[in-house]
Amino acid sequence: MNRRHFLSGSLRGSLLLALGGLLGAVARRAKARTTVWQIDPWQCTMCGRCATECVLEQSAVKCVHSFDMCGYCQLCTGYFEPDPNRLNTGAENQLCPTGALLRSFIEDPYYEYTINEPLCVGCAKCVKGCTMFGNGSLHLQIRHDRCLHCNECSIARACPADAIHRVPAGKPYQFKSRERKT
Amino acid sequence: MSQAVAPRFPPPEFTETSHVLPVPTAPAVQTLWFEYLDVVVLIAALVFVSWLLLRRRSRAGVVATGIFSVLYFGFWKKGCICSIGSIQNIAQALADSSFGVPLAVLFFGFTPLIFALFFGRVFCAAVCPHGALQDLVLLKPVKVPPWLDHSLRMLAWIYLGLAVVFAVTGGGFIICQYDPFVPIFRLSGNLTMILVGVALLGIGVFVGRPYCRFLCPYGVLLGLASSVSKWRVRITPDTCTQCRLCEESCPFGAIEKSTVEAPVRPASADKRRLLLLLVLLPILIAAGAWLGGVAGGTLARKHRVVNLAERLQLENTGVVKDTTDASTAFRDSNKSFESLAAEARGLRGRYTVAARWCGAWVGLVIGLKLLSLAVIRRRPDYEADQSRCLGCARCYRDCPQELQRLGLPVPAPPKPATG
Repeated sequence: MNRRHFLSGSLRGSLLLALGGLLGAVARRAKARTTVWQIDPWQCTMCGRCATECVLEQSAVKCVHSFDMCGYCQLCTGYFEPDPNRLNTGAENQLCPTGALLRSFIEDPYYEYTINEPLCVGCAKCVKGCTMFGNGSLHLQIRHDRCLHCNECSIARACPADAIHRVPAGKPYQFKSRERKT
Repeated sequence: MSQAVAPRFPPPEFTETSHVLPVPTAPAVQTLWFEYLDVVVLIAALVFVSWLLLRRRSRAGVVATGIFSVLYFGFWKKGCICSIGSIQNIAQALADSSFGVPLAVLFFGFTPLIFALFFGRVFCAAVCPHGALQDLVLLKPVKVPPWLDHSLRMLAWIYLGLAVVFAVTGGGFIICQYDPFVPIFRLSGNLTMILVGVALLGIGVFVGRPYCRFLCPYGVLLGLASSVSKWRVRITPDTCTQCRLCEESCPFGAIEKSTVEAPVRPASADKRRLLLLLVLLPILIAAGAWLGGVAGGTLARKHRVVNLAERLQLENTGVVKDTTDASTAFRDSNKSFESLAAEARGLRGRYTVAARWCGAWVGLVIGLKLLSLAVIRRRPDYEADQSRCLGCARCYRDCPQELQRLGLPVPAPPKPATG
């Protein structure tokens, strides 16, 4: 064994020890847990960036509906344009640019609003209408059948309200409900 | 704690129908067990490439594994999570103990480094989809002059330093944000980065692996680990006959000439230069730290909180009239400006400290690089520099000994060197 071999051997050993130490420090200090990205709907300001900033061509963010918060209104401010011609399902009356929000009659005077997810682009137009003038039961969520779990979420970076964070993978959704956690 | 939100409209009372309220669907997170499959594939690929490169000495095998990596880790897994980005998760976890790091990310961060300590940069050779993609497009290699090559390689050290600064201060993951190839793997994403990626691939047709050599922050760490690796790429399977056939075969400028035929330089000039550089080293470190301290404030502006606090300050003092979405959202959230400003001040301080360390680090690296260039090592054979060799195996077939070993025709030796 010559001097160079000895030197590189001892350097290798110390680097290996350093790596082990670093690994130990990270694993001990940070809980080795898996997280996923999610929107806190109570912080969301409905700016519409979710539709455009996601790395996917069609955003992983879509509108979801907490039916237990909904008033089943006949004049839904999430569904209808301001000052609609008539309260029916005509395209000219709808707020949704892709016709992804569906309106169905339940009983007088209640209507149910459901989301046709493949059409929804996460633009938050309906969310804004519902939150500003209604109960706020429509809200945005990152859909985990679409999310790519980027190491850094592009929409989280672009969010003006800092509403998108990593949440534990065991509880990947933050649906709105009447009980608001503060 | 929870509080009930009073609805503007009361919930419906169904009397005619017994309509049951639906619940929103919650598609499951798909990829959790896939992560562990990725770790298994990563380790298997590293073992396989180590064997191909050092035992089997097969360029074809390395290329085939590279194609597999581009398809699997690249186009199938969409390039995320990758070892390059994992540096930032590890750095942020060290600074912020509430930041969770998945086990798979730790494996991606540490396994290639441990392999590099024993087998060299086998990760770069064919496991990293970024490297493998660039290796596949390298068709007409041109030689980058050594001075330019050495200088450009410094960029990667600076990039690594900056990435760690942003990660430990919670300012985001710049390696991911400015990744040129992941948008190509995803076939969607930020247009600018797609164009940068395509441009890098275009340059990569002529200049071997520009991202790996000049920018990759993980390559820096792999190079360090690889410089003391136990086993390494040897161009010749037998003894080097100084035939110089392999001299130009490395498209990455990693092959160092043998010093057997090099002219002997007077020792006194070398000693003087060495002494000068040793004096220069602390000066470089101090200059780097000073520059880092100056740049810290500018870097801090990239952080959301600092940016928002500065914006609000401008709006409050009436310098700007309009508002941004972020400032409106903050005003509507009834949080206090004072606590935000205090947080921003704290962050600016942290950025300055982190940037000072980063600057000192870059100064140290540049100083050590100059020193290492000034020291003349005795090299009896033509061999690949351990830290720069990316393990592509291109040089093997240029060695006549290798051709003889494989039973292939050996070309006539070139004319002896003149001058």
